[in-house]
Amino acid sequence: MVTTHAAGEPVLELKGIGKEFGAIRALHGVDMRILPGEVVGLMGDNGAGKSTLVKIIAGNFPPSQGEIRFDGKAVHFARPIDARAVGIEVVYQDLALADNLTAAANVFLGRELKRKFGPFAFLDHKAMAARALELFGELRSETRPHDLVKQMSGGQRQAVAIARTRLSNARLVMMDEPTAAISVRQVEQVLGLIHRLKEQGVAVMLISHRMPDVFAVCDRVIVMRRGEKRADKAIGDTSPEEVTSLITGAKEAA
Amino acid sequence: MATPIESPITFTNVGKARWWQSGIFASQTGYVLLALVALFVVMNFASPYFFTEGNMQNVAKNFSFIAIATLGVTFVIITGGIDLSVGSMMCFSAMITSMVMTQLSTPGMPGAEWFVHLAADDKTVIANVPGLILLVSVLAGLGVALIVGLVNGFCIAVLGLSPFVTTLGMLSIVRGLGYVVSNGRGSFPGGPDANYFYALTSGVVLGMPAPFIYLLVLAVAMAVVLHHTSFGRHVFALGGNEKAAALTGIAVVRVKIAVYVICALAAGLQGIIISGWLGSAPANMATSYELNVIAAAVIGGANLAGGVGGPLGAIVGCVLLEVIRNGLVLAQVSSYWQQALVGVIIIVAVLVDRIRSRMI
Repeated sequence: MVTTHAAGEPVLELKGIGKEFGAIRALHGVDMRILPGEVVGLMGDNGAGKSTLVKIIAGNFPPSQGEIRFDGKAVHFARPIDARAVGIEVVYQDLALADNLTAAANVFLGRELKRKFGPFAFLDHKAMAARALELFGELRSETRPHDLVKQMSGGQRQAVAIARTRLSNARLVMMDEPTAAISVRQVEQVLGLIHRLKEQGVAVMLISHRMPDVFAVCDRVIVMRRGEKRADKAIGDTSPEEVTSLITGAKEAA
Repeated sequence: MATPIESPITFTNVGKARWWQSGIFASQTGYVLLALVALFVVMNFASPYFFTEGNMQNVAKNFSFIAIATLGVTFVIITGGIDLSVGSMMCFSAMITSMVMTQLSTPGMPGAEWFVHLAADDKTVIANVPGLILLVSVLAGLGVALIVGLVNGFCIAVLGLSPFVTTLGMLSIVRGLGYVVSNGRGSFPGGPDANYFYALTSGVVLGMPAPFIYLLVLAVAMAVVLHHTSFGRHVFALGGNEKAAALTGIAVVRVKIAVYVICALAAGLQGIIISGWLGSAPANMATSYELNVIAAAVIGGANLAGGVGGPLGAIVGCVLLEVIRNGLVLAQVSSYWQQALVGVIIIVAVLVDRIRSRMI
């Protein structure tokens, strides 16, 4: 599964990213490029620096060293909302959905469509439901906009969380362990969703512990260990065994 | 930006929720409403006095006396919070309103010269602008409620204190301040505008008690705000998953402060209305009303865990409590039983909801 989008400018480029928390060096000298429509697996053991890296890209905190370039321009994110403004979306592990609201309400949460009546702005329920249905259609997810999220399966919840990123036409979607807590059939659905994003030219960064998922859907895999990037290989040039040994440190770098 | 869909999505595995599985039919509010209708039928046969016009007006008036505050507290409960200070707030707002009214209506008191003058006989007090004293004193009462609401909201949303502890403290603070400003004495709405005040708070409009009309207007407004504005949507989101609400960029702090302000204002307005009905604002007024108000909200289907609730539920809860109280009086049951029965109803209402949500 080699990418067809290999050419072109990277959507995200990291140069020498480092991060210290007091005396602890969480990240050191990380370089990385992600192209539009490319799916990159980010792997590593607990404490390898994956989440720190994701949080830096998502604007949760700034890097101590290094430069982030998005679409060829250097960017500095003070808050997550700044990262979202340029087109970086994160699908969180716990999905950040409000169970008591409908699928459509969750997709549009914080970005509701409104209609003005004089000084008052009222929710445009119809337009939001129609757009949400369209997004679920693009994602090939059997999800009804008016259903409550608490009655949904894990795969449908993923679809809602991912549809939210489509709303803003994100250029890069980072997914934190999207397949960790769901059934086999739903994993298939989620991997399908990632394919849909890729088809539409969105770059995806998949943070996962599950080797089969990474090898099923990613074009490239990046392995982190002890705060450094140890490998960055096309999926075709590596194997689950090699990645495992890179993660555990049996093999230092590749 | 949207790629065309080759085939419209089909729902092969996902059934559509049936009508009785969604909306009001699937909510505790629906079940309690049903119970209320049953209760009305039973009461109709049990007592010939129940459906008389006088008794119905009485019921409408009595439940309106806690229902407006219940609307306010429902806002807070939907966000997953609680406000225990509503009872004290009712008393304090009522007290400030009647004290300001009396002060401004007494020639010689500071500020009064702006509002009143003495008639030629040197005894009758005449308002410079009829109704202005009423307006200013009600605004003063609501003003203190606004401040208390802001303090509650600030402590909870900005300082991160628990709503229970904050508002428990506020219950005591506000009640104490009430005793301080009044020296423990009750105050009476007086002066040239007192008649307007009584007309607006305990008068009858179109055969209905005035507070009942305020309640209906506020309940409709609340329904519109909750279901048709983004503020309402954010209130529900906060109760459903506060972390998610923050991650999606909702201004969590602002929404939280707003609901505590709304709650305090509703309680303040409620207190002012009650004082009109009582004809005074005693310092121990509305003591422990917060429990009735919260009980009514919970019976009506507001979930203390957050995320569920609405104006219909708040009103249904209040009506149920009042009809039971009224029914026990008509049936000549000792009024001491009321309180015990209210407790049983709270538990049964929540229990029925729990059993129902397990069945689906």
